[in-house]
Amino acid sequence: MSEVIVVTSGKGGVGKTTTTANIGVGLAQRGYKVALIDTDTGLRNLDLILGLENRILYDLIDVTTKKVPYRKALVRHKKFSNLFLLPTSQIRDKSAVTGEQLVDLCTEMRGEFDYIIIDCPAGIEQGFQTAIAAADHAIVVTMPEVSAVRDADKIIGELNRADKVHIKLLVNRIRPHMVESGDMLDMNDINDILAIECLGQIPDDELVVTSTNRGEPVILNNKSLAGQAYVNIVGRICGEQIPFLELKKDGFLHRLKRMLHI
Amino acid sequence: MLKAVLKLFGREEKKASGKIAKDRLRVVLIHDRANVSPEVIDHIKDDIIKVISSYMDINQRDVEISLSNDDNSVALLANIPVMRIKSGSSRRREHR
Repeated sequence: MSEVIVVTSGKGGVGKTTTTANIGVGLAQRGYKVALIDTDTGLRNLDLILGLENRILYDLIDVTTKKVPYRKALVRHKKFSNLFLLPTSQIRDKSAVTGEQLVDLCTEMRGEFDYIIIDCPAGIEQGFQTAIAAADHAIVVTMPEVSAVRDADKIIGELNRADKVHIKLLVNRIRPHMVESGDMLDMNDINDILAIECLGQIPDDELVVTSTNRGEPVILNNKSLAGQAYVNIVGRICGEQIPFLELKKDGFLHRLKRMLHI
Repeated sequence: MLKAVLKLFGREEKKASGKIAKDRLRVVLIHDRANVSPEVIDHIKDDIIKVISSYMDINQRDVEISLSNDDNSVALLANIPVMRIKSGSSRRREHR
């Protein structure tokens, strides 16, 4: 069996690419054969997040235009020999690939991979429609912010219109102390509003920034709470029942500071 | 206790912004999902005026219709100034 998952959000900058990279690495860690397809043509970044930017020879457009077979365009991950990236073109634009082409490509790739994860561009235009065309499942990434939640709702509506019904929500960049003081929506609040099954929430963690700087997804850092949250999310994707992570990691000093508003 | 002290120092307890965000999102998503355009609201308004007018005289110019949220639900609010109640019998005759 093989599964095609699209990671989407509507709004830009909420962490689609970071999520794609982390879930991909997490699934590969579990021994699955995984392909990550970047469909953000013209604004590719998945290669950079994975630390593979110097290894690209061919891209998605070369594959969909039948210039090369997909295997030639795949870039193998440095650490995981069962994780591959299919980068997109940085020169062309979103109109260079169609939904049908991506469906055909995924049909071909399904025979070889356990998971194919598609990194979707922001927006609801053609790039989005192309990215979701081949997907069996969708992960909608949002942030605890009114604009990101509204866009997530719009995306869920668009996915439903395209007959994509297996949709799960991932809430990124939660700040536990703001949730605690009532100044930030948490996963449960967002779930109340969007009424969609949740895969989990990722705390806002500085280690996400430092690991992105290095091109090593944070899921590989076992000291990171965000990394742990991604590990759990990967487990849930594999169908395991894992309780949601307790995000409060508050010492006495933190509480005192907050009480004194400093 | 802390709240009382904070009040003393002029730090009045404000409604938590997370709650405000949730309430605002609830309302805006009702609009988004139902795709209720101002035209649709106008149609609803015209229809309501039509129905109410057979029971009472109303000030049609000042009728206000809007979607609004309660604590945890969304309501269609109509403010319809009534000038005179028509008698029940006359209304029934008009209707036939």
